[in-house]
Amino acid sequence: MKSVDSMTDAPDQKLLMEHSVPGRRGVRLPPLDVPEQPLPESSLLRDNLPLPELSQPEVVRYFTRLSQLNYSVDTHFYPLGSCTMKYNPKVNDQVASLPGMASIHPLAPEESSQGALKLMHRLQDYLSDISGMAATSLATMAGAQGELSGVLMIRAYHLERGQPQRRTMLIPDSAHGTNPASAAMGGFQVTSIPSDSHGNMDLTALKEVVNDDLAGIMLTVPSTLGLFENDIVEICDVVHRAGGLVYGDGANMNALLGQAKLGELGFDVMHINLHKTFSTPHGGGGPGSGPVCAGEWLAPYLPGPIVEDNGQEYQLTMPAKSIGKVSAFHGNFGVLVRAYAYIRALGGEGLRQVSEDAVLNANYLMAKLKDAYDLSYDRLCMHEVVLSASRQKKQGVRGLDIAKRLLDYGFHAPTMYFPLIVDEALMIEPTEAESKETLDAFIEAMLSIANEVAEDPDIVSHAPHTTPVSRLDEVRAARQPDLRWQPGR
Amino acid sequence: MAESPTFSPYTPNTPADREEMLRAIGVSSIQDLFGDIPQTFRTPSLSIPPPLSEMELQRELEALAAENHRAVQGPCFLGAGAYRQFIPAVVQAIASRGEFLTSYTPYQPEVSQGTLKAIYEFQTMTCQLFDMEVANAGMYDGATSLAEGALMACRVTRRYKVAYLDTLSPSYLQVLTTYTAAQDVQPYPVSADSAATLEPDTACLVVQHPNFFGYLEDLADLEQAARRAGALLVVSTDPIAAGMIRPPGSYGADIVTAEGQPLGIPMSFGGPYVGLFTCKSEYLRQLPGRIAGRTVDSQGQPAYVLTLQTREQHIRRERATSNICTAEALIGLMATVYLATLGKEGLREVAELCYHKAHYAASIIQDIPGYSLPLNGTFFREFVVQCPRPPAEINATLLKQGILGGLDVSDMIPNGVLLCVTEMNTRDDIDALAAALRELGR
Repeated sequence: MKSVDSMTDAPDQKLLMEHSVPGRRGVRLPPLDVPEQPLPESSLLRDNLPLPELSQPEVVRYFTRLSQLNYSVDTHFYPLGSCTMKYNPKVNDQVASLPGMASIHPLAPEESSQGALKLMHRLQDYLSDISGMAATSLATMAGAQGELSGVLMIRAYHLERGQPQRRTMLIPDSAHGTNPASAAMGGFQVTSIPSDSHGNMDLTALKEVVNDDLAGIMLTVPSTLGLFENDIVEICDVVHRAGGLVYGDGANMNALLGQAKLGELGFDVMHINLHKTFSTPHGGGGPGSGPVCAGEWLAPYLPGPIVEDNGQEYQLTMPAKSIGKVSAFHGNFGVLVRAYAYIRALGGEGLRQVSEDAVLNANYLMAKLKDAYDLSYDRLCMHEVVLSASRQKKQGVRGLDIAKRLLDYGFHAPTMYFPLIVDEALMIEPTEAESKETLDAFIEAMLSIANEVAEDPDIVSHAPHTTPVSRLDEVRAARQPDLRWQPGR
Repeated sequence: MAESPTFSPYTPNTPADREEMLRAIGVSSIQDLFGDIPQTFRTPSLSIPPPLSEMELQRELEALAAENHRAVQGPCFLGAGAYRQFIPAVVQAIASRGEFLTSYTPYQPEVSQGTLKAIYEFQTMTCQLFDMEVANAGMYDGATSLAEGALMACRVTRRYKVAYLDTLSPSYLQVLTTYTAAQDVQPYPVSADSAATLEPDTACLVVQHPNFFGYLEDLADLEQAARRAGALLVVSTDPIAAGMIRPPGSYGADIVTAEGQPLGIPMSFGGPYVGLFTCKSEYLRQLPGRIAGRTVDSQGQPAYVLTLQTREQHIRRERATSNICTAEALIGLMATVYLATLGKEGLREVAELCYHKAHYAASIIQDIPGYSLPLNGTFFREFVVQCPRPPAEINATLLKQGILGGLDVSDMIPNGVLLCVTEMNTRDDIDALAAALRELGR
């Protein structure tokens, strides 16, 4: 079976520098149309610029062929849990590329960029509405930067109230790694809270650790187990009564559009990943955008700038007690345009339907797969289902092997070994963008792999067999770092 | 026109599909799936406007874009961290390929060799540009790249003071302050003269080169000053300047960062851009962000993979070198395609076009009565002009004439305006600017 057409060709082993031929050029520039000016002294100039020399067709073929070695949402089902790899509408890319959007200088006078500011102002309002918060900043350029901003807001809030000792941030053991990393970058000590046997946070453990040093808690909703925390309102209460604040990681917002608002549940501040829930393309690892939404009491601390409507015109302003700037300008505007277009194309009811279909699809997969694979928590899930390959592990095949075998079937792997608290976790998020036919084909592949594990485990444990390259020597990559082309190698 | 109000072209499920799936799950309605959400908080109302068709959506966005027309038409002399540079068609063509655009972070290397090899090329090119030993896969933007560079210097030296040369971009300083304040590090300013004696326990000296005003700093001197204090030299530079100006690595800089936007990235009102991040190889284990490496697969053929991940948040959690996860891979790809297309000669030519045009502009403007160049030294494509009247007035008049003037820096230099000239400005543009300034100086 061949999953990527180009894989019959061996990948191009050469690098750009190895394709370089002196004298080739990829683009012509206009001649100098002003009198030549005196150059600075030669000690300030560089004598060698070691970049490749390639013609335009070579550049295009090199990168086009590279692209064909990738799986992507446009080409394959990408059930990567917690990443919300949904379809990215093409019209969004088109409108973001309009010269009136893509060519605006970020420091252009505000009177000349009112259309862009209006779009941002509306998007702020939409996201505040969706999250149930009072205000939104679009300045943060990814989810993790939203988290950092959020915890810095919590820190500034406590400092202003004369409580600098509030330096403990509680984080469930199921959390994404960015949560503890962001808390640490924000100057907090991290305390992990265990989960109970139903996949909820252990409320007793929570009540035991809250004290006067509590700054807050970071909660992903739904949790990374794909579950909606049953005690969410009480958790917020416990933390608030202890003087702490509640941060919401919106990475899993795709389950909640029009279903629940975190602000109403008791959250104080949260971020939203536009490159997940709001369909902006992942680009192989960015660009993202992680707007921060805050309740009335935290809104003055939002990172800036934000857009205000002063009645005459839209303008960029810094919130009164802002934690400051987190980007050179005003965030990833090109991503904001795409998210705005997505929200406008769907409307409020369409967004609600997104979450309904996302949750429906995940539960359908769970219903069809829970006999062949183990479930750590046998209850309805939200937008993603976490399976466990612990049964298969006893037969000598690991979750990793199953994930790799899926590549042979033409599906991207699910998220593996996360959350950390599930043995041999396979975290599957179908999103609303996949058809029932695709889900059925995926189910069939998963069931077929479960059979292979029983009958021919080697084919699974050595997978993938049909991809452009087979399993990589990651130990060698780390022990003998080769991180760039170097001359004469 | 019978159509379900919730029909979405982006979602395949039909009512019949939904019925069948609900039966398989064993519940009677979709709302049954949301039973874990407390009833009182379920299905809140949303005040998002009703849906638009694709045609309506295009019209609305075109109308919004049209409201920005004065920002995008006509000559632009605004720089200060974002630059109108030429973008070859190849860049967007490659970046629009769905296989690059709609793939995830390449955690599954067997089906992500395209992205991974492109990152490896990106790391190669950024190292070559700045004459540095190692690079990562990119940060959010130039400002956060610099801030992470300063934090990295703190980790390397185990010192917690950051000195910055006072010619640093004000917005970069603000971002640096946001990032360092979180670690209880307070950056302090030094001038080119006072940099010779840094405070004890300074982790690094942060220098922008060319500086915010467009001028080259004396990196050889500053490197010595940092070295004497046991501090690292962290340089924020400009990748277009690297086309002709001696690169920071050749002065012994320890960490070199830059805004990648000028390398074929649309200005897009401030983002998405990409932060370039390079350092000496001895600091490799303290690098923030992702790194691609070359290894072999089980058949022994060369292959690429994300490596040294034990530095990163998904493995190391609160002890990671940074919290960065999703960064700017697609923008890094665009910069890579740009550099491959421009190549050795092309980038030098772009740099030289900028240099000669900027110096031509400066020479004719400083000949206009009332205008002068208040700063001394060598500049690249930006320079400060002291005007005979407030730059805000001048810029307002220029905008009426369809010209985007420079950045008003009168809070730093009396009646100062920071002008930028790139290869995109024709001689006619420059002469028109000079004529307008002459008129305004009367």
